[in-house]
Amino acid sequence: MATLSLKNLKKSYGEAHVIKGVDIEVEDGEFVVFVGPSGCGKSTLLRMIAGLEDISGGDLEIGGRRVNDVAPKERGIAMVFQSYAIFPHMTVRENIGFGLTIARVKKDEWNERVNEAARILQMEHLLDRRPSQLSGGQRQRVAIGRAIVRKPQVFLFDEPLSNLDAALRMDMRMEIGKLHKQLDATMIYVTHDQVEAMTLADKIVVLKDGKVMQIGAPMDLYHEPANLFVARFIGSPAMNLIDVTVRETTARGHVVEAASLDPVEIPTATPGRAGDRLVLGIRPQYLTPSHDAATGKLHGKVAFTERLGTETILDIARADGSKLVAALPEDALFSTDDEISLTFDPARARLFLPEAG
Amino acid sequence: MDNIAGTKSSLTWAVHLSVVVLVVLWLFPTVGLFVSSFRTSDQIASSGWWASMFPTEQNLVLRAAAPSAQVQEGTDFVISGNLFEGSTAGRISRWGTSSRAIDVYKAGETADLGDDKMLTVEADGSYRMVSPTEMTGGRGERVFVTAKTPPEFTFDNYRNMLFDPSNREGMSRAFISTLTVTIPATVIPIVIAAFAAYALAWMEFPGRALLIAAVVGLLVVPLQLALIPLLKFHNAIGIGKGFLGVWLAHTGFGLPLAIYLLRNYMVGLPRDIIENAKVDGATDFQIFIKIILPLSFPALASFAIFQFLWTWNDLLVAMVFLVDSTGETTVMTKAIVELLGTRGGNWEILATAAFISMAVPIAVFFAMQRYLVRGLLAGSVK
Repeated sequence: MATLSLKNLKKSYGEAHVIKGVDIEVEDGEFVVFVGPSGCGKSTLLRMIAGLEDISGGDLEIGGRRVNDVAPKERGIAMVFQSYAIFPHMTVRENIGFGLTIARVKKDEWNERVNEAARILQMEHLLDRRPSQLSGGQRQRVAIGRAIVRKPQVFLFDEPLSNLDAALRMDMRMEIGKLHKQLDATMIYVTHDQVEAMTLADKIVVLKDGKVMQIGAPMDLYHEPANLFVARFIGSPAMNLIDVTVRETTARGHVVEAASLDPVEIPTATPGRAGDRLVLGIRPQYLTPSHDAATGKLHGKVAFTERLGTETILDIARADGSKLVAALPEDALFSTDDEISLTFDPARARLFLPEAG
Repeated sequence: MDNIAGTKSSLTWAVHLSVVVLVVLWLFPTVGLFVSSFRTSDQIASSGWWASMFPTEQNLVLRAAAPSAQVQEGTDFVISGNLFEGSTAGRISRWGTSSRAIDVYKAGETADLGDDKMLTVEADGSYRMVSPTEMTGGRGERVFVTAKTPPEFTFDNYRNMLFDPSNREGMSRAFISTLTVTIPATVIPIVIAAFAAYALAWMEFPGRALLIAAVVGLLVVPLQLALIPLLKFHNAIGIGKGFLGVWLAHTGFGLPLAIYLLRNYMVGLPRDIIENAKVDGATDFQIFIKIILPLSFPALASFAIFQFLWTWNDLLVAMVFLVDSTGETTVMTKAIVELLGTRGGNWEILATAAFISMAVPIAVFFAMQRYLVRGLLAGSVK
C-alpha cells in the first residue's frame, strides 16, 4: 500500500504535447478514477505511472520514492488491461501465477498465493481451464487475479469493463468496489464512463486534453463542478446549460436573465459584471415543471417525453430553439406540445464562465 | 451485390474446375511414379502403370512338369500339377499346344497330343496328362495359354535401392546425407530468426527500421549471386566443402524470409499481452521464451515446413557446398541425377529413387498442412 504523487507530469511525442503538466496526490488506500473523453490522455497517464511510457517532464513518486526512470517491475504496481491481456496458451492457474513464476516464488507459496487470489475472486473451479473456455467476465477476473496475486502497492486499471456487456459490467463494477474494500489497496482506475467513475471513486480526476479539469469526491464534482466541461461530463442526464446575461450584481451573486428565463438571483462566487455573458447550469432533477406559466421562471414547450419507470425525462424546447431536460418523479404527466414553466431553487443552480472560443 | 462475403460467387464452378485441374496435374505423375516403383522392368516396358491396376489378358508360354515327374496309375502314366507353379496364378480362358494354334481349346477341354497322350487343362491352371505308355524326354510339354492374370506388384525395387548393401547405386546413404543436411539447415535458421524477429518486432533500438528494410531487401537477392564468393570464403576460412558449409549456406539463404515471416507474425501479437508481462516483471528474454515462442508456434511451424521442403529438394546449394568426388556426401537429388545418367533406361529404378526422395516431403506436408495454411494466413488475415 502506498501513496502516489504526480508532480507537474508531462508527456510529449515530439511536438505533440499529450500530457501538459498534471498534479495529482493519491492517498494510501484511495480509489482514484481518471475520467475524460477519449483522447484526453487518461490512458497515457496510467501507462506513464505503470512505466510503459517514458515521462517527458515532472516527477512521479510511488510511496515517496521517485520512480521516473525505474523499470515497471520495480515500481510495485500491477495493471489490468482493457483487453484482459491474458496468455492464451496458459491455464488460468498459470496465468494468475505468471508474475510469481517470473519472481521465482517457491512452489508452496506460489500455490498458496494463487489459491488465495482465486478464492478472493471466487474462481477456484476455473483454475485448470484455458482462457478460450472462459466468458468475458471470467477472463476479466483472471486479469484481476493476475494483479492481486502480486500484492502490488498500487493497482492500475485501464478501462477494465469496457469489453463487457451492460449487465456484466454492473456486476463487475460492484465486485471491483468490494475488492477495493477487501484489499484496502491504492487503486487507480481509468474509464470514459462517468457512471463507473461516480460509483467507484473516492476521488475523481476529470481530464481534458492532457490537463486536469477538476479533482474531487464524486458528489463534490456533481454538485460543484468547477467549469463547464466538468458540468457537462458528470451526471446523467447531463446538466442543463443556458446562456444568460448578468442584469445586476448583488451581494450574494448575480441576477441573470435570458430569453425564456425570468430574471433570477443566483448565489455564486463566479465573477461578473452587469452585461457579462455567463452560463447557467441546473441539473434536470432540480427542475420542477408546472402547467401554469405564471409560477415558473423558465418557459418552454414539451418536445418529447421518455418514461423510464423510476422517472420521466422531459425534453423541453425553449423559445429560442435550445433544449432543456427535466427529470421528474414517475407520476408527473405532461404531453407533447404542452406549454410548460419550470421552477428551480436558485441555490441549486450554478453560474459558469463561458469557455473561451 | 452477389459478391458479398458469405454469398456464393457465380464463379464457384471456375474454382471447382481449377481445383480439379490442379489435383489431377499433381496426382497423375505422383501416382504414376508410385505405381511404377512397385513394378518390374518387364511390366513397365510392356504396359503403362494405369493398366497395372486391373487383371490383364496375356498370352503365356508355360510348361508342364518334366516326364521324370510321371507316376503310374494302374496301366496309365500320369503327370499332374499346376501350370502356374512358380509364377502368379491367373485364369485360363483358352489354350493350345502348338505355337501356331494357341487358342484351339477352352479351359476344361482335353487335347489329344498323339500317341494316345491326352492333356486336360482347367481354368485355374491345373492340368492332367495321361499316357498309356511311359513318357520320355527331358523337358515338360509346352502349353500356350490365354490367361487373365491379376495385378502384380513387387517390393524388389525398394529392397534393391534401400536395403541392398552391395548396390553401389543404393539410396540409403544419400537418404541419410539428405537428412543430415536438412535437419540442421531447418533448425538453425529458425532459432536465429526467432530471436531476430522478436527484437525487430518488440524491442526498441536505434536502426531497427533500417534493419527491417535491409531484411526485406535481402529477400529479393538471388542466391546464385552469392554461390561462388561464398564458396571461396568457405575455402579461405577452412570450412571447405562439407556439411558445415552447406548448413551455413542454407541458414544464410533462409534467414531473410524466416526473419520477415516471423517478425510479421510476432508484430501482430497483442501489445497488451507483452506489456502485461513486462509489468509483471518479465525480462525480454522471459517474454520471448514464455509468451512469444508458444504463441508464434503456427508461424514457426509454417516456416519450418518451407525450409525443410526447400532444403530437402535442393540440388544447387548441395552441389556447390557439399558434394565432392568421394561420393560420401551425395544427397538424394544428386544421386537421382547420377542415376539418370547411368541407369536412364531402368524406369523402375528411377521411379523408386524418385519416390524415396518424394516420400518424406509428402509425409511432412500431410502431417503439418494445417500449420502451413494457418501460418501463411496469420500475418495477413486477423
